[in-house]
Amino acid sequence: MSPNLPLAYLALSAILFAIGGVGLLVRRNPLVMIMCVELMLNAVNLTFVTFGKMLDDISGQVIVFFVMVVAAAEVVIGLALIVALARRRPDANADDLRLLRG
Amino acid sequence: MVSLLWLIPALPLAGFVLLLLLGKRIGEPFSGWIGTATVAGSFVTALVVFAGLWNEPEHTYSLTLFGWMAAGRFSVDIGFLLDPLSMAMILFITGIAALIHLYSIGYMHGDSRFPRFFTYLNLFVFSMLMLVMGDNLVLTFLGWEGVGACSYFLISFWFEKDANASAGKKAFITNRVGDWGFMVGTFAVFFAFGTVKYVEFLPNASGLAQTTATFIILMLFIGAMGKSAQIPLFIWLPDAMAGPTPVSALIHAATMVTAGVYLMVRVNPIIAASASWLPWVIAGIGVATAFLAATIAIAQTDIKKVLAYSTVSQLGYMFLAVGVGGYSAAVFHMITHAFFKACMFLGSGSVIHGMSDEQDMRRMGALRKVMPITAITFIIGWLAIAGVPPFSGFWSKDDILAYALHKSVVLYVIGLITALLTAFYMSRQVFMVFYGKANWGESHGAELANKLAHETASADGDGHVDEAGDAHVGAHADDHAGHSVHPHESPRTMTIPLIVLAFFAAIAGLLNLPFTENLEFLNRWLEPVVGATQTKLHLSGGQLAFELITSSVVALLGISIAYAVYLKHKVDARKIELPLFANGWYIDSTITNFMGGLGRKGFELIAMFDKVVIDGAVNGVARATRGGAMRLRTVQSGYVRWYALMIGVGAVVIVAFVLSQVSFS
Repeated sequence: MSPNLPLAYLALSAILFAIGGVGLLVRRNPLVMIMCVELMLNAVNLTFVTFGKMLDDISGQVIVFFVMVVAAAEVVIGLALIVALARRRPDANADDLRLLRG
Repeated sequence: MVSLLWLIPALPLAGFVLLLLLGKRIGEPFSGWIGTATVAGSFVTALVVFAGLWNEPEHTYSLTLFGWMAAGRFSVDIGFLLDPLSMAMILFITGIAALIHLYSIGYMHGDSRFPRFFTYLNLFVFSMLMLVMGDNLVLTFLGWEGVGACSYFLISFWFEKDANASAGKKAFITNRVGDWGFMVGTFAVFFAFGTVKYVEFLPNASGLAQTTATFIILMLFIGAMGKSAQIPLFIWLPDAMAGPTPVSALIHAATMVTAGVYLMVRVNPIIAASASWLPWVIAGIGVATAFLAATIAIAQTDIKKVLAYSTVSQLGYMFLAVGVGGYSAAVFHMITHAFFKACMFLGSGSVIHGMSDEQDMRRMGALRKVMPITAITFIIGWLAIAGVPPFSGFWSKDDILAYALHKSVVLYVIGLITALLTAFYMSRQVFMVFYGKANWGESHGAELANKLAHETASADGDGHVDEAGDAHVGAHADDHAGHSVHPHESPRTMTIPLIVLAFFAAIAGLLNLPFTENLEFLNRWLEPVVGATQTKLHLSGGQLAFELITSSVVALLGISIAYAVYLKHKVDARKIELPLFANGWYIDSTITNFMGGLGRKGFELIAMFDKVVIDGAVNGVARATRGGAMRLRTVQSGYVRWYALMIGVGAVVIVAFVLSQVSFS
């Protein structure tokens, strides 16, 4: 394994994280925004795995499972909200949902 | 026998509860008889207990009924302390109260709230007994507040008239000033000794730091000044005469107003431990009050006001006695004063009753012919208070003056001048009411009514605030303008108490004759309570004779001057009855003017401060919070992406901060 290979993984995960973050900020479709969040979470997962491998520490891989569980729970709630929203206001985007503004 | 002690306050309490619940149903006159019976029962019990007390060591007995409250180190019991001092108080309180209850049956006859009156009177007697019997300061305070409340209820008993209601309020508020002092004094006692029980802290008083003792006594003295009507808190007592006359006799002459003197005598070991100037303050305030009130009494025209100011003056004597270390003399004068002043107040009540509610002495005169019993008893009371030997007031007043002379000649001389004034104004009252020519009846009625109405109007114009008295005169001037008055002697329920009281007013001096030690019964009886701190007087025969003769001469001189002025008309009375005196040295009107003018401005200033600074601070904080929130709330835009960005920025800031703090070495 070349010594630069882990850095490549880290760079990839940083790129994925940035794509997800920018997507979350610029897109207005709730479904796409959730997908962006998932992308960010998985970018982080990739980082964990890489570091676990680099430092020869199993806990980096263990944490990934926790993150996946949390992500699954988050998706359940997020998709439920999106379905409920789509039923009530089919053509609404995320920016239309600002009833709780100050 | 002595353990029956608890019955003494329990009987009036039972009477109070019974009359409170069933008074209306029992009605007149039985509710009156019930009230009288319970207090008379207390008196009989007190006699029995008194007999039993002789066998107790040091004539002292204490009884704890139950614990009242406990909090940490602080605990108060409902317990009674029976010692020579409280026994003496109990005897004369219950005795005189029983007589006055009996008298009230006649005096209050026909009143629409007859049962209510006896309810209050019984509650008063109960409270007064708790005050003197309580074995700790807190229980004494309970009685202290109880008598204050009853005094308020009874002064404004005829509350339909505004003047009476405001007289009650005046008494209550003035007393509250004193009560504050009492409370602070109690706190200080607990702070210094860790207990409020008399038998636990009084014996340790000599170990107290002088400053602490001085502070405690000053505070308790403020309480005593309020209750016992001393300068500057005496202003309520003359107005308290708005109440029914038996109330004036019982509460505002014989018993309640002596509570302050009782308190001072009770804490005499602490007075002994306090700074040496403190007794001077007490004696000074006492003698100043005695003198000032005596001058005011000279020019009063309301029969009860003269007696009221005379009471203030006599209470001043008692404080003089306390200040000069003559505790037994103070108690002696308290007892004789209770007899002769109760006798005279009830006598004045009898006169007012006989004259159909007339209180102005200028409309009386020559009443001895139509009211012989009232006149004779009143005259005995007069001779007693004027200090004519051998009546009781002569001995007790002379006892006080002897102690005053021992302390300082100045106090003695002012005391003597006051005695002269006392003899003068009391003689004036007797001559105006019972001698001279009759100023009542048809021909005088209309003429005097016009004159009085005129004077009343002008007096009101002067900003004179003496509402109770003037309103009365004005009202009566209207009442009596049309019809005449037919004075008559009062019923027997009223004359019997008068006779009994007059009897004791005449002979009570036997309690403490100064000739030999064996005759000083009261001195020896009070020895266990005040013996250690009392000033020791060893008068030679010559000194004693000098003092007794001086006092007698002064008394007779006062009477002769009054005789010359009011019966022989050798001097115009208006030269003596200065407006300064008639208006009570303008103390009331000064207070009113001050409160209405400068004082009001002061209060307005304080109100302004409250509004601008205090409210301003509170409202300012609220307004600032609100303003900040108005600006901050725009952060909550409602756009999810905005929140996400903020989370991101926040995370970056935190990470940057952590990285800047951590060093990777």
